[in-house]
Amino acid sequence: MLRIDRATYDAIVAHAKRDHPDEACGIVAGPEGSDLPTRFIPMTNAAGSPTFYEFDSTELLALYKQMWAADEEPVIVYHSHTATEAYPSRTDIGLASEPGAHYVLVSTREHGNSDGPVEFRSYRIVNGEVTEEVVSVSDALPSATSR
Amino acid sequence: MAVEVRIPTILRTYTGGEKAVNGDGATLAALIDDLEERHSGIKGRLVEGSDLRRFVNVYVNDEDVRFTGGLDTALGDGDQVVILPAVAGG
Repeated sequence: MLRIDRATYDAIVAHAKRDHPDEACGIVAGPEGSDLPTRFIPMTNAAGSPTFYEFDSTELLALYKQMWAADEEPVIVYHSHTATEAYPSRTDIGLASEPGAHYVLVSTREHGNSDGPVEFRSYRIVNGEVTEEVVSVSDALPSATSR
Repeated sequence: MAVEVRIPTILRTYTGGEKAVNGDGATLAALIDDLEERHSGIKGRLVEGSDLRRFVNVYVNDEDVRFTGGLDTALGDGDQVVILPAVAGG
């Protein structure tokens, strides 16, 4: 199950709508081992494409260095699909490299940049196996025990 | 010539769970051969043919090696190497 607070959920959806028709991407980091997505970090899609996303390599290094320094890890890796359903593509599965992360997919195919509901789904992707999980949205996350 | 190499989560199965390991080599290619001797199987995850894999990023002292000569990038004592898989998809 993915536990996420409403503000972070809304921020991911807003990013996806803003970048439509290109794919949006980013990470929500959290304290190592907490499974709590606490720090929303929208990233540049260096591919600038409606069918592909890739974090800019320089920003990627800066992001990971920040996370290492703060004892954080990627809790959520998110991106949008802009013309298809919110399900990992074959490329998504082949390139998934964070076995501990929740892979969130948002589809903006229905309303694009406009208001309106989006598909928001979460998966584990481990060794090419995709497992969908429940998304539980709450007003606030429990505070991390390590803090 | 000791170089510290930061290993991403997905490749720690090759390093017994270690987040960072030491290696030797005057170039990135030589370093990867050295890592392969100590951590068998890791080379195939980094290199394809005579090039770095498209979706693997390697940084030497914070510089993406794609801009510094790729596998021919020179290494010196105390250099810091970071391996990060691309975060990418379709």
